Amino acid sequence: MNISEEAEEVLESLWISQIEKEKSHFKGDKIDEKTVFEELKDLNLIKQDKNGIRLTTKGKEVAEGVIRRHRLAERLFHDLIHMSKKKMESPACRFEHLLISGEVEEGVCTLLGHPRECPHGRRIPKGRCCRERRQKAGRVIHPLSEIKRGGKGKVIYIQAEDHNTLKKLMAMGILPGRKITLIQKSPSFVFSIGRTQIAVDKEIASSIFVRTE
Amino acid sequence: MSRKVHKSKAKSSIENKGVEQDQEKETHKILLVGYPNVGKSVIFNDLTGAYVVVSNYPGTTVAVDRGRTEISGKKVEIIDTPGMYSLLPITEEERVAREILLTEKPSLVINILDAKNIDRMLHLSLQLIETGLPVITVLNMIDEAQAEGMEFDINALEETLRTPVVMTAATKKEGLKELRKVISTALKVGLAPGHIVRLGPEIESTVLKIENLLQGQYPIRKRAVALLLLQKDSDIESLVKQKDPEVFDKVNQIIDDVSEMYARPLDYVITNSRQKQIDKLVDRTVISEGEKPMDLKERINRALIRPSTGIPILIMVILGLYFLVGVNGAGELVDFIEGNIFEDHINPALNGFLNDHVPWEPARGLIGGEFGIITLGLRYAVAIIFPIVGIFFLAFSLLEDSGYLPRLSLLIDRIFKRIGLSGRAVIPMTLGLGCDTMGTLVTRTLETKKEQVLATLLLALAIPCSAQLGVIFGVLSISVLALFTWALVIFIVMLFIGWLGSNLIPGGKPQFFMELPPLRVPKLSNVLVKTYTRMIWYFKEVLPLFIVASVLLWLGDITGMFSSLVRGLEPLMGALGLPGSAAPVFIYGFFRRDYGAAGLYDMSGTLSIAQLTVTAVTLTLFIPCIAQVMMMYKERGKKITLGIIAFIFPFAFFVGYLLNIILTTLGVLI
Repeated sequence: MNISEEAEEVLESLWISQIEKEKSHFKGDKIDEKTVFEELKDLNLIKQDKNGIRLTTKGKEVAEGVIRRHRLAERLFHDLIHMSKKKMESPACRFEHLLISGEVEEGVCTLLGHPRECPHGRRIPKGRCCRERRQKAGRVIHPLSEIKRGGKGKVIYIQAEDHNTLKKLMAMGILPGRKITLIQKSPSFVFSIGRTQIAVDKEIASSIFVRTE
Repeated sequence: MSRKVHKSKAKSSIENKGVEQDQEKETHKILLVGYPNVGKSVIFNDLTGAYVVVSNYPGTTVAVDRGRTEISGKKVEIIDTPGMYSLLPITEEERVAREILLTEKPSLVINILDAKNIDRMLHLSLQLIETGLPVITVLNMIDEAQAEGMEFDINALEETLRTPVVMTAATKKEGLKELRKVISTALKVGLAPGHIVRLGPEIESTVLKIENLLQGQYPIRKRAVALLLLQKDSDIESLVKQKDPEVFDKVNQIIDDVSEMYARPLDYVITNSRQKQIDKLVDRTVISEGEKPMDLKERINRALIRPSTGIPILIMVILGLYFLVGVNGAGELVDFIEGNIFEDHINPALNGFLNDHVPWEPARGLIGGEFGIITLGLRYAVAIIFPIVGIFFLAFSLLEDSGYLPRLSLLIDRIFKRIGLSGRAVIPMTLGLGCDTMGTLVTRTLETKKEQVLATLLLALAIPCSAQLGVIFGVLSISVLALFTWALVIFIVMLFIGWLGSNLIPGGKPQFFMELPPLRVPKLSNVLVKTYTRMIWYFKEVLPLFIVASVLLWLGDITGMFSSLVRGLEPLMGALGLPGSAAPVFIYGFFRRDYGAAGLYDMSGTLSIAQLTVTAVTLTLFIPCIAQVMMMYKERGKKITLGIIAFIFPFAFFVGYLLNIILTTLGVLI
């Protein structure tokens, strides 16, 4: 399906309003351009009633994909090119449209270690690659348990299965942006962060995601 | 370990020349708050002139210490809280610490930080400031930070945080006068509110919405209440439910709405956003030279934590402990005090005196003779237990102050996982080797209920205390094979029961995480004071029970109950392949574990090596002493304590029975 960039932007706003903010309808007048509206309607992605506009089931699916690509693009600019959140917005907006092919999108997602949230903390909808937890060579973001001894890097995010682990890690000051050095891997993982050394087991080490230098 | 600290006459450095003659009647409460292992207890000791145990690992303060003193003529009560990482508690100790913060209505909160780790520890500082309580910020261990090339712009820090900032090196007594001065001024003129860090528009607008809804009176600022609510703190939720029942649902709705916008829990979002602010703050106020160089300390650290060098070092430490406690303590010192002092001098003199002056036989028996308070109770306590436990506590203090124990815990974590514990349990278990009662008290620092129960069980079952260990080493040292057999059986029992327990007791797998404190050369004065304090604690626990035990045994003896009990136990002794005369040792064991071991020491001449081994094994596994049972009851409750005892009692004798059969069948150790 070929959708114009403008239409994709509209889909994004609709998705955020309907799914994330759970507003029932979108005011029709917010879609300025008649053509975009017609395009989406023709593709059967939106429907209109007296209260405003809603996404169709198919529309939700397509919009989710756009959101996913946008947020992946944000992660890419933020984590790999260190752009500030403000600066990355406009390239991310353009870049998302380039991720259109499934292969590129999944490649980027795998490269980033299947992140679950964008730099602003919003959820990134899962793709097929995330569900399969695909691992590919050439990844730049690794769980701490997989980098080599002596490796240095920066914490990018924490992806703990249960909330308690997350709380513990936060309490110890293991937070995105902090520099980390892996001192030893066995019998326990020992790393230094700031001026503190911390020992953890493998389970905890695999929930800390690091971009190595 | 928890003691009420008595009123002390620690004088404050500045006298306030009688200006305030009419001393206020009220006592000001001053809380010491901070991350674990930042030196709160050292500062507490200095401020109050008292002593609470100070160690080099997180979580030493398991109970809350309070001390009264005067600062500039004002009565103050200083409260030392357990370490906390954030206002959002994870462990029980943290919950205790926050509870104090919320309920004690402190006049001052002294927030102590490890200056080296200011970038991490400011999290708590900012949260404390947010509560609206008056805060003084103390950068402790400033000497270590400076040695690593860090410099602090105190004025800039004070301006940014808007709290007084004091630099101290508490163990060297540096900066403490200054701290008293700041406390004194703050008590007199009060403190302006500190700086509030903003956390991004979405969070801020939500916080504002909630703040406006809350109408009740809270011990902390509504902003802090709102933030804790956002982070799903259940204690605060119930507080709000109680104080603001009519808006509670509405508040929850607001929180649910904002939560949905984020993929991650809000505490993560909030913490991250706070960290960004802290990074900026630290950039402005702290200069630090990049990475720590690979110095001698770091080389030693690496050697301790790498298995190829760490395990040989561990074996050396264990051997060192064995020679110190087993050979020197249990062997020579006990021989000297027990043999030369009691057997040769005190006992004969006392018994002679009693025979001459006390005509009534039972009265003589109460004080002297076989079960007398002095000849049995005091002799066991002073001659056998005191030297062994004392030397163990001394060695343990050295180990803990050096920072070795957390490193040991990471080496051993994987093995401990097999028995359902994490490496963290090394600390209560090792302490249990000194005194199981103390070890049981410290199990509360473990994370999950399951770990606490397992550690309590293993302490009661398989971890011999130092007195017991010393005596067993002494008695079994006649045969290396016997000592080895004993150690092997106990080790197998510990692994097996641990493994079984970890599979049977409900609860998830333990996780291991441990901060490694810097390695330090132990300070002799601290080691000695700590050993002394622990000995006092031990004696307060032990001596009364020893005396009670002597009296009970004496009663049993004159009423004839004791001998019928001994007769009753004879078949059981027979099953273990022991003579009936071994029964008293097991009866002593009821009263105290080490007491039973000391009884074993008394009769070691009359048993064969196999019999001694069986006795040693059974006694080690056999029920814990009265003091430990009481501690188990206090910490774990009735059900678990009774369950543990009901299991241990038959199990210990069963293992002894089995061991006797094996040894007899194989024909070894005879």
